[in-house]
Amino acid sequence: MYAFRYQTASSAADAASRLAAHEDAKLLAGGQTMIASMKLRLASPSDLIDLAGAADLRGITVDARGVTLGAMSRHAEVARSAEVQKALPVLAKLAGGIGDRMVRNMGTMGGSVANNDPAADYPAAVLGLNATVTTTTRSIAADDFFLGMYETALQPGEIITSISFPIPKRAAYMKFKNPASRYAMVGVLVAQLADGSVRVAVTGAGPVVFRVAAMEKALEASFTPAAVASIKVPADGLNADIHAQADYRAHLITVMAKRAVEAALA
Amino acid sequence: MTVKVSMTVNGKPAAAEVEERTLLVTFIRESLRLTGTHVGCDTAQCGACTIHVNGQAMKSCNMLAMQAEGKSITTIEGIAAADGTLHPMQEAFRQNHGLQCGFCTPGMVMSAIDMLNHYPDPDEATIRAELDGNLCRCTGYHNIVKSIQAAAKTMR
Repeated sequence: MYAFRYQTASSAADAASRLAAHEDAKLLAGGQTMIASMKLRLASPSDLIDLAGAADLRGITVDARGVTLGAMSRHAEVARSAEVQKALPVLAKLAGGIGDRMVRNMGTMGGSVANNDPAADYPAAVLGLNATVTTTTRSIAADDFFLGMYETALQPGEIITSISFPIPKRAAYMKFKNPASRYAMVGVLVAQLADGSVRVAVTGAGPVVFRVAAMEKALEASFTPAAVASIKVPADGLNADIHAQADYRAHLITVMAKRAVEAALA
Repeated sequence: MTVKVSMTVNGKPAAAEVEERTLLVTFIRESLRLTGTHVGCDTAQCGACTIHVNGQAMKSCNMLAMQAEGKSITTIEGIAAADGTLHPMQEAFRQNHGLQCGFCTPGMVMSAIDMLNHYPDPDEATIRAELDGNLCRCTGYHNIVKSIQAAAKTMR
């Protein structure tokens, strides 16, 4: 790991001003990707600004409109929150399936969403549940947030403060995980939103989380496993690596979507 | 540049001047000479470096010492009783032959204690799922699962 200056931020605004003061500064949320990247010298910030002490980035609020998670909500907190389990069980379950118990005790929602790893779980929840990302400067709709591999709509110096998830009618997330890393080889979140519209968000399969319009249309007509069972997603542009070829991932999308619909109806 | 880091380790205050990039596991092993916490993969996958930070299991190879500033750390050296009586989890691993080479064992024990804090009476499937972050290359996990089940009985 290259040397850097370690700083602590007392609030989101404090973090933003520290970030603005150093061009090559980076934020440290849970650090479960950041520290590993720095150890591999894939990242070499001049300054590392620890957000753990920023109280305004924490907290879970549940009301009639939905669930709002502070950016520094740890995966384990979300998974164990009785309120989230009750209001939005799909999110508690998704958070409880990230990495392993030790990673979940450190890793944060905001860190995961800002990093936008192609195989991360949270992007599927944000896009599939039509969440809104709130930052230090604005609110960003999920459809506008995830731009490409590790690329988001966040501008330099902009910090995620919270994410609000509206309560859907029903939803479920199914992940075919890599047995070593527990990252999604393919993860599909299917949600029937309060207005009856359906979202199908796929993570792990492509360079960035994406929606499958054909499946959404079919599920809006009939929210049944059979509706998606024969819908194939083209393998063009999907990820191919030592874990799975693109056509295998394409196949898994249909399988996971079908299982997610089954689980959402259960 | 060096900075002063201080925390409570196994109930006692501990401090050192370290480089800001010092990992928590390096602080524990090299500054404090508590070498029971192991570095296995060094990539946050194997769990040999698992310790408790404010009572929660974390991987000390994947966090900075500075992230533990002011916190309360427990390592494998800190769980037995003052008179040397093993922690029930350690005793269960001993009684059930829950280790062979022993390299992963400190992390397994620390992770398993955290597991039982959240699942006091776990079934086998839960134990195996919750042990996701700890790798053992000797035992095939069978006796580790048995050890945790036995410890759950005595710790309840």
